[in-house]
Amino acid sequence: MDTKASDRIDRRGMLQCMGWAGTGALYVMGGGIASSISLDAALAAQRPDPAAGRVTPFSFLQISDSHVGFDKPANPNARGTFQEAVAKIKLLPQKPAFILHTGDITHLSKDAEFADADAIVSEAGIPAFHVPGEHDMLDEGGGKAFLSRYGKTTLGTGWYSFDHDGVHFIALVNVANLQPGGMGHLGEEQLIWLARDLAGRSASTPIVVFAHIPLWTVYADWGWGTDDSLQALSLMRRFGSVTVLNGHIHQIIQKVEGNISFHSARSTAYPQPAPGAARSPGPLKVAAETLHSVLGIRTATVVPGAEPIALIDAALG
Amino acid sequence: MPPLKHRHQRATWLAITIAVSSVVASSHPAHAAGRGPAAAEAQVVQIRNFAFVPAIVTVRPGTTVTWTNADEDPHSVVANAKAFRSSALDTGDSYSFTFTKVGDYGYFCSLHPHMTGRIIVKAR
Ligand SMILES: [Cu+2]
Repeated sequence: MDTKASDRIDRRGMLQCMGWAGTGALYVMGGGIASSISLDAALAAQRPDPAAGRVTPFSFLQISDSHVGFDKPANPNARGTFQEAVAKIKLLPQKPAFILHTGDITHLSKDAEFADADAIVSEAGIPAFHVPGEHDMLDEGGGKAFLSRYGKTTLGTGWYSFDHDGVHFIALVNVANLQPGGMGHLGEEQLIWLARDLAGRSASTPIVVFAHIPLWTVYADWGWGTDDSLQALSLMRRFGSVTVLNGHIHQIIQKVEGNISFHSARSTAYPQPAPGAARSPGPLKVAAETLHSVLGIRTATVVPGAEPIALIDAALG
Repeated sequence: MPPLKHRHQRATWLAITIAVSSVVASSHPAHAAGRGPAAAEAQVVQIRNFAFVPAIVTVRPGTTVTWTNADEDPHSVVANAKAFRSSALDTGDSYSFTFTKVGDYGYFCSLHPHMTGRIIVKAR
């Protein structure tokens, strides 16, 4: 590929841009092993090898927990910070292929909130894929408002999968039909679909799973986990590279388990306390001048072959 | 920051204080002069810090229980066995249900299902 040199310059430019906050934590995954490396090491590793596989270099974005409609003291203008996040996306020198929104699009599932969120996301000018958070299931129909907008090609309560340049993306819903005393929940029907979706797929296919609530137990006392996630994860263990992206807890937390790496993202609306650091997981009020440093978006860069999917978390300011 | 154990104790004391005061409040109308046995009783449950306070309440048949959400997050009140179900309660919103039948009603928040409570309805 003779465009390698300029590709590299573009990517370097993008990575530097993504470091606007100076707090971008970088996590990479490749060859089934996830690890945290420095930005410089990531740049040095960006050597696309067309012979390595069907995966074509591309990047995508994760945004989460925009809570459009939230106006409490923790952030009186959640709509405004969401707009700022989308404005950051527009500034990227390399256009991402698409956006993954990992739920809690709205605060109270109102039609006006969904419409508002849609208008803001569409400003980015790239496709967006959604999964619902529990805040998107609060209408009388228990998720009908979400599905009427985002569910035209989805199954069940909103799950689906798609392929992009050699990577298989799976959208899971773990906020529907929650059980008393439990945490997030996938349910039998979705698990059966997932098994079928993965069956027959090559173990070398990179998998990206996205859902709202963490698919590993971050903190059971606050319900930060998914009751039946082990059944889903057991279906994925044979794959060399599985990246699980979620929101819900409004902070960056990672975990690596064999070939599966888990990454929760920041919110664009308000932060929440670290597990157990407060009496409840409710919105964390920080000083107004600090707020932008605890909100953010995440860029993922996919490079071919054994090279990693690099995740860069960037704060809003 | 105080150690975890200490904070939990404080949370428990708060819960007990609220429980005692609400029991006093709910039993008072029954003793009021001029009220017959049919007088409605009321019981208040606060939703605070992602918990129902008090989490377990015993009332007599005919009691109206009112839940009020004091959190910045929305919550809901949903019976495990579907006897009652609120819509999402935003900050300051309330939901009431009158328990006419004796029984043990487990309930939870459908947004945050680790939040659970019980209303025990017993004849005197
Ligand atoms: Cu709740």
